[in-house]
Amino acid sequence: MGLDSIFQWLYETPLGTAIRENGVLFPWIESTHVLCITTVVGSIAIVDLRLIGLVWKRRRVSVVISEVLPVTWIAFVFAATTGFLLFSSNAVKYSHNHFFQAKMSLLVVAFINMLIFHGIHHRNIAQWDDAPKPPTPIRLAGGVSILVWIAVIASARWIGFTMSAF
Amino acid sequence: MAASLHAFCQWLGETPLSLTIQNVSWIIPTVQSIHIICVSILFSSALMIDLRMLNLIGRSQAVAAYAARFMPWIWYTLIILLLSGATLIIGEPTRSLENPSFQLKMVLLLAAMTMTAVIQRPLAGNTAYWDEISRRKALAKVVAAVSLCLWVGIIFAGRWIAYTNTAGD
Repeated sequence: MGLDSIFQWLYETPLGTAIRENGVLFPWIESTHVLCITTVVGSIAIVDLRLIGLVWKRRRVSVVISEVLPVTWIAFVFAATTGFLLFSSNAVKYSHNHFFQAKMSLLVVAFINMLIFHGIHHRNIAQWDDAPKPPTPIRLAGGVSILVWIAVIASARWIGFTMSAF
Repeated sequence: MAASLHAFCQWLGETPLSLTIQNVSWIIPTVQSIHIICVSILFSSALMIDLRMLNLIGRSQAVAAYAARFMPWIWYTLIILLLSGATLIIGEPTRSLENPSFQLKMVLLLAAMTMTAVIQRPLAGNTAYWDEISRRKALAKVVAAVSLCLWVGIIFAGRWIAYTNTAGD
């Protein structure tokens, strides 16, 4: 069966074809994708910098999280949707692009890091909510998150440079 | 006017600095990545202030508190954006300066910077400026909405540079 045949099918769908062949559809979807990614990364950076204890130190971590993460999640849903649409327009080629593969891997790492944070550290947030500098494991989670998301942006930009025009 | 701009771009594109930026393969992608990361920081900071002024988040804190927190990030990041942007312009003069999307982006940028100053200036003399009168709170929502639209427009115009590129590269 293979992933290639699934991606080829995706490539040939009316939607994938329309995005690929329409002169303005791809740019508009891509611009929206960029807007969403910058919102996801920027908003996560705010939370991460609070977790590391560098900014907003007098504000409770839980308050920062409750205000910022809804923005992050909404932006992520649109980022993933537009990303899927872009992917479908040239699925096989994207799937073979090393920077695309790196980007997807980094998203998995970011997701796992988030799960670890929410599953373990967030449980006892009451103990360090008010701390200007949270405990080291939490600061580490914030630091890893920022680095991973910066790498996501860099790998995403390099996809554009390494995909030959179709 | 267009002819002298074109002549300028031709000249700039042949300077040693421009040629270096063009020919060392990792410079433009790296500088663009820095540019995009800075966009993330700036846009999210502006978004937080604008969401507060739209009364959607942080209602327990004054607008001034949000401005004090996020405005520095906007202005300092703008400096890095201007420097990285200048590098990209020097490296690819025609792709930027003679490109309608880029020109639109610069106009929108001036407008966005003006809006940011409009939000920030009154707070210097009166930290309750955007909170104290209901008519000003209504105005705050309009200002915030316009500000957001401008920053979004800048991001879109920035991406469209690649699609309205007349340099043919």
